[in-house]
Amino acid sequence: MSLIVKTVTRLTAWLILLYGINIILHGHLTPGGGFAGGVIIALSFIHLTLAYGKDAVLRQLSKEAVHVWESVGALAFLAIALFGGAAGYFFANFLPAGEPFNLFSAGSIPLSNIAIGIKVWAGLFSIFLALVLLRINRGDK
Amino acid sequence: MIYFLCLVLLCVGIYGVLRKRNIIRMILGLIIAEHAINLLFVLIGYRLNGRAPILSPDGPILQMVDPLPQALVLTAIVIGLATTALLVALAMRLHGKYGTYDVARIRELKG
Amino acid sequence: MVELYILLILMIIGAVGALEMKDLLSSVVALGAVGLGLSFTFLVLKAPDLAITQLAVEILSVIILIRATLHKDLPEVPARGWSGGTAAGLGFAVVFLGVAFLCIPDLPPFGEPLLKVAGHYLEAGLKETGAANLVTSVILDYRAFDTLGEATVLFTVVMGVLAVMRAVGRKERGKADE
Repeated sequence: MSLIVKTVTRLTAWLILLYGINIILHGHLTPGGGFAGGVIIALSFIHLTLAYGKDAVLRQLSKEAVHVWESVGALAFLAIALFGGAAGYFFANFLPAGEPFNLFSAGSIPLSNIAIGIKVWAGLFSIFLALVLLRINRGDK
Repeated sequence: MIYFLCLVLLCVGIYGVLRKRNIIRMILGLIIAEHAINLLFVLIGYRLNGRAPILSPDGPILQMVDPLPQALVLTAIVIGLATTALLVALAMRLHGKYGTYDVARIRELKG
Repeated sequence: MVELYILLILMIIGAVGALEMKDLLSSVVALGAVGLGLSFTFLVLKAPDLAITQLAVEILSVIILIRATLHKDLPEVPARGWSGGTAAGLGFAVVFLGVAFLCIPDLPPFGEPLLKVAGHYLEAGLKETGAANLVTSVILDYRAFDTLGEATVLFTVVMGVLAVMRAVGRKERGKADE
């Protein structure tokens, strides 16, 4: 990509990343949540990949690491559900509800939001990597 | 009447799936039908002059729209993206093998 | 409510354009326009969560679709001619819309939702879950099983894409090594 694209990407990619994290963390107070924030974080990584090429990104974050993160997200969500099971029933809200309209409130909902965010980010980014890294070798039949 | 326009959009999508020869265009038709269904859900939950279903510390908010269809559609949007990605992967694989997106030609070449 | 009609008509025009344009890349861009219109419609319908998610998801799906259409040697796909099949498709559309027109009065009228289940969420949501955003409290507390199913679908799709997009199958690579 050209110099303009690279410079703009350097200036904006981390802003997009921070916006996604903000949306995930405030998911129980303002519009947003794990789904939207996860997609936005994935978009910031895709932004970097499109501007700098896949090698620059894969040096920092390998494909295997993305798969590990995805499993971590799924297992964290399941673990939250199982902790709720220990407190009464599956997906019970086992933490105290706390003061409403605070960042630390709503029991286990922010934790679930973070787990879903990691899961959606890693899943979509690995789908994108699989679609980009493909080398089509035609006519091998 | 607004439901009817939404169903027209659904019909456009179904027509694309049924009558196009290009696989990418079929995928586009599927996405359009999906958008129409999502929109129909949210339309049914809308309350006239309602407010977004987010409470505020200033006081109670009356007249909220229905949060249930919104929650269902929020899940459906992400699933739709995942399905699209899988379909695109299959289409690209077909293009790698046959060199075309044309359904009719793929059928001819298969034998 | 005028803006809703305008947005919906724009979306229908964009959808027809996406299906009928000659160039495949223009079709994908027209689909992006439809998604943008849907996002604005969600904003008008007081669903800000959906508007944010739809905008981000649409960007990602347009990127994926452009990746699929960016082959240099893409042969032209001839459009199907005007034939009996097209007439049957249009006939299906007419019949579908006619039946739908008869069924629409049975739906709850526009602007007055039933709120049979959601009434409880609206009243007791803050007290029972402590989350101010009621949509989040529905998807992560009252109906968390939906979200678990969604996570399962996403996981399965990632595995499916990785399996489909593997550059060379395991068997073929073994053959190539011989």
